[in-house]
Amino acid sequence: MYQAIVFLPLLGFLIAGAVGNRIGARATEIITTGFLFVSCALSWVVFSQVALGHGHASAPVLANWINSGGLKVDWALRVDTLTAVMLVVVTSVSSLVHLYSIGYMHEDPSRPRFFGYLSLFTFAMLMLVTADNLVQMFFGWEGVGLASYLLIGFWYDKPSANAAAIKAFVVNRVGDFGFALGIFLVYWLTGSVSFDSIFAAAPGLAHKTIHVFGSDWDAWTITCLLLFMGAMGKSAQFLLHTWLPDAMEGPTPVSALIHAATMVTAGVFMVARLSPVFELSHTALTFVTIIGATTAIFAATVGLVQNDIKRVIAYSTCSQLGYMFVALGVGGYAIGVFHLFTHAFFKALLFLGAGSVIHAMHHEQDMRYMGGLRKDIPFTFAMMTIGTLALTGFPLTAGYYSKDAIIEAAYAASAHSQAATYGFLMTVLAAGLTSFYSWRLVFLTFFGERRVNPNAHHDDHAAAHDDHAHADHAHDDHAHDAHGDHAPHESPLVMLIPLGLLAIGALFAGWRYAPYFIGHDFDEFWKGVIGQGPDNHIMHAMHEIPHFVGYLPFAMMVLGFLVALWFYILAPGTADALARANPLLYRFLLNKWYFDELYNVLFVRPAFWLGRLFWKEGDGRIIDGLGPDGVAATVQDVTRNVVRLQTGYLYHYAFAMLMGVAAFISWYLLGGVR
Amino acid sequence: MTGPGILSALTFLPLVGVFMLLFVRNDDEAGKNAARHIALWTTVATFVLACLAWSRFDNSAPGFQMVEQMGWAGGGLVYKMGVDGISFPFVVLTAFLMPFCILASWKSIDTRVSEYMIAFLVLETLMIGVFCALDLVLFYLFFEGGLIPMFLIIGIWGGKRRIYASFKFFLYTLVGSLLMLIAIMWMANYAHTTDITTLLQTKFPVDAQKWLWLAFFASFAVKMPMWPVHTWLPDAHVEAPTAGSVILAGILLKMGGYGFLRFSLPMFPEASHHFAPLVFALSVIAIVYTSLVALVQEDIKKLIAYSSVAHMGFVTMGMFAMNQQGVQGAVFQMVSHGLVSGALFLCVGVIYDRMHTREIAAYGGLVHRMPLYAVAFMLFTMANVGLPGTSGFVGEFLTLLGTFAANSKVAFFATSGVILSAAYALYLYRRVIFGKLEKPELASIQDLSMREVAILAPLFFLVIYYGVHPAPIMDASAASVAQLVKSLGSEPGPIKAAALATH
Repeated sequence: MYQAIVFLPLLGFLIAGAVGNRIGARATEIITTGFLFVSCALSWVVFSQVALGHGHASAPVLANWINSGGLKVDWALRVDTLTAVMLVVVTSVSSLVHLYSIGYMHEDPSRPRFFGYLSLFTFAMLMLVTADNLVQMFFGWEGVGLASYLLIGFWYDKPSANAAAIKAFVVNRVGDFGFALGIFLVYWLTGSVSFDSIFAAAPGLAHKTIHVFGSDWDAWTITCLLLFMGAMGKSAQFLLHTWLPDAMEGPTPVSALIHAATMVTAGVFMVARLSPVFELSHTALTFVTIIGATTAIFAATVGLVQNDIKRVIAYSTCSQLGYMFVALGVGGYAIGVFHLFTHAFFKALLFLGAGSVIHAMHHEQDMRYMGGLRKDIPFTFAMMTIGTLALTGFPLTAGYYSKDAIIEAAYAASAHSQAATYGFLMTVLAAGLTSFYSWRLVFLTFFGERRVNPNAHHDDHAAAHDDHAHADHAHDDHAHDAHGDHAPHESPLVMLIPLGLLAIGALFAGWRYAPYFIGHDFDEFWKGVIGQGPDNHIMHAMHEIPHFVGYLPFAMMVLGFLVALWFYILAPGTADALARANPLLYRFLLNKWYFDELYNVLFVRPAFWLGRLFWKEGDGRIIDGLGPDGVAATVQDVTRNVVRLQTGYLYHYAFAMLMGVAAFISWYLLGGVR
Repeated sequence: MTGPGILSALTFLPLVGVFMLLFVRNDDEAGKNAARHIALWTTVATFVLACLAWSRFDNSAPGFQMVEQMGWAGGGLVYKMGVDGISFPFVVLTAFLMPFCILASWKSIDTRVSEYMIAFLVLETLMIGVFCALDLVLFYLFFEGGLIPMFLIIGIWGGKRRIYASFKFFLYTLVGSLLMLIAIMWMANYAHTTDITTLLQTKFPVDAQKWLWLAFFASFAVKMPMWPVHTWLPDAHVEAPTAGSVILAGILLKMGGYGFLRFSLPMFPEASHHFAPLVFALSVIAIVYTSLVALVQEDIKKLIAYSSVAHMGFVTMGMFAMNQQGVQGAVFQMVSHGLVSGALFLCVGVIYDRMHTREIAAYGGLVHRMPLYAVAFMLFTMANVGLPGTSGFVGEFLTLLGTFAANSKVAFFATSGVILSAAYALYLYRRVIFGKLEKPELASIQDLSMREVAILAPLFFLVIYYGVHPAPIMDASAASVAQLVKSLGSEPGPIKAAALATH
């Protein structure tokens, strides 16, 4: 059964890739989507057996991968509660996104390729979550990176999409640099890369000092920090976050699947998986908390002012991932995973809802040119509202259970840790900002008057609106519409069903599963998969906090809602006035704290400059100039003359040389040896 | 003394083809085709024979196998052949790549076809000979002899600056090998034998070891090539015909790595330990420096050539880590690089044959007209980047893992190569394959022909196969590498670490 879950998507990819164009787009869609639904159904069976039931965790070995000396790496499918949770998340969202894409991509001529990539991604993600060792996890890790690269750059005619794809891959590689070094270090410390052996050896190495990279380190601190660097890249945490907003160049279903629900949570999964090791280093956990909290607040501030509907949600994702890392950092691994679980539903819902809006608006993504859509697309409006309620943590929705738990855990931990205090403050503050930007999105999109984009769609063949129209074919079907006056239309049923199903998850996943993930069934549910040291009492401490802390997130949510209501409904224009009053701050936020510009100056341009320097000066002038060029030039002159003097055929000369060299060596050696 | 066996047959079978080619006239199309077919079937037969030898190869034996020995040159010299787990993968790789080279030259070489084929077949004999030779003189003859056909291939069938490139190539390698020749003579005098198996047991004085090591290093470092003696490679690649590049990157570069493993490490262990920091330094510089240079290249072949230098940096680094993972990773990385870089050069050849330019700027948007090509090129690019699941990952991972145990700082800087390789490889791919197809010259470009699919498909599958299941190569080399590592006296990493962590 495990094999079927993991390899059906691979099979779908292979079919789509090999014969997709021959059997046609519709057949490919049905095959890949069908496989995913089978995989999803099986995943829920596994979830109910292994996580909810009393099934045993297992890790059947499929085959041997790499054997070298003491290193032994297997292909295996580890299934325990943590994996089962991820299986459910990945296959559910993926199958719904497959289904949704049938509608969303129906104009695209490359649908077989698109569905193939989606299935490839799902396969890689499943390999990641079922990994029984760090190297297989790295395989899935890079595999999802490849799929993400291919899907971001899916519309390869767009230069911006190509650039975003490369950026995503390379920035992730920066994280993988740390991940790889972390794997080397783990192997060096424990002599193994498989999880059970690592966890068995880990306590014995706690607080040991090792000498690596030229200085002394606490063994698990440096290891966890390096591994966490990988998590920062994949989960777009502060400093390595720059690729995620650009990744919105990809088709919207991709954003929902990869850049909201699944791949970006791989970092959270990794830390949770390795929690027995992270538990041994307070320094590393402190760092995780600080990065998470900083990301949560940073991304929320940027999200306040973005105009592209997808970018707002992208920054929201970034921010929510920060929440998850705060939970992990204060030792509440289960809480982080719970938020991962609920977030997958409501964030995928928001993205697919945004996709439905974009679809209705004929590929307009700028919220400044939307407005009043609630009458045109009421179902989408309802679904987006549900997603927003869940994201902002409206009582009894999914986000309410998981997000409030994070804030409470951070508060509980702050008794012993300043980082946790920082985490608590930032997450509370970010909760208010989240509420504001989420309702801003809803108000700008669905309320008020229709605002028409003065630039877009007036000239279907102008290159100017490259930003908003993804490919030429996008215009074909609405070429008959006159001058920008497209009536927004509700999406087809095939897109609305996934929205409805995800909305159910967004409403009830928290209420239904909170007792298992973080409540009184904690132990029976997790079965010891989440490593919590004997000193880690966070799961109890979070229930013994003052009442006002429990109400704080709710208060922040209401506050954010009221401010958004004031700015965009009751007194429209307030936001613009505020932006005009603080131009510096506004531009700072709008330009995402100028990270792209900074990195460009710090890394990208120097790399090219150094490359050119090494090439022209290093190789050209110094090495060649002092070395072979002078000599070669001389020899060349001589040989040209010789060649001309003789037969004029280079190979005659060369043949003579062959004989000469052979004779010379033979003679020399015969003389030398004897 | 044992008579000639399967290794001699393997080595000299290509010469049978050469003999037949001597009677082929070049002046008409039928003659040219005959020459092509003779060369193709000769190389295929050699590969079949290599597979037969593989079936007889005993993975568990660390020492030399299939040994054969005879006197030659009037009994003055010894002809001795044999293979072990370190050399045998390269024998098979050579025999495997040759038919692709012939096929890749099928259309693009139209002048002096039979001479061209003769050069390749002679080259094959010499290359297989290098990996099989168990006598120092014999090794040297094969090793240096290989220069000449390659020199001719570049010099006669190469591009515009072929004379410059071929002389640069020749000069560099010859200067290196002269020093090696002197060292070989000294060793022969000291040990009174040129038998490699005996020399492997000989203990050379430590002072002498250092000189000998340096002399061999001069030759092997140029062949690899290591920074800073790498500048011949980009020029040679740029000017060489496609098949020449494939052999250059696929096999000739590996001779340097093989030399380190056969001679430098086992014969001069103390010197190797002494000079390991030097090798590490040069390797790390090669990885970072040439990756940056690759980033700014404007010529596709040059870019791939520079990336080869970076990948060879991983190889030298892994070898001088002197532990099981490092050395096995180096062997694997060399074989994998033979496949991947060979395939990449074949890919470049595909579009060069159509457009007759290697300028990156001359391309763009090829995916619109050449979807199959885009898929193949994507896979080989990813293998070059070291994506897990392709063969490129296994070697890179193992060499880095091994190096980490030997010197974590070196591993730290070398690992940054994974970032840079992603940058230059994807940047190249984007400029050639993606984007709108706007250049009028490209408007009618054709996708892969059946012949080209036949060339790339086996490489495509092997790159994935060895990425998922590297055991065929790993198992073949394991025993011999274990013996080598044991003789070097370095312990495997984790045990040392565990000991370190307990106090």
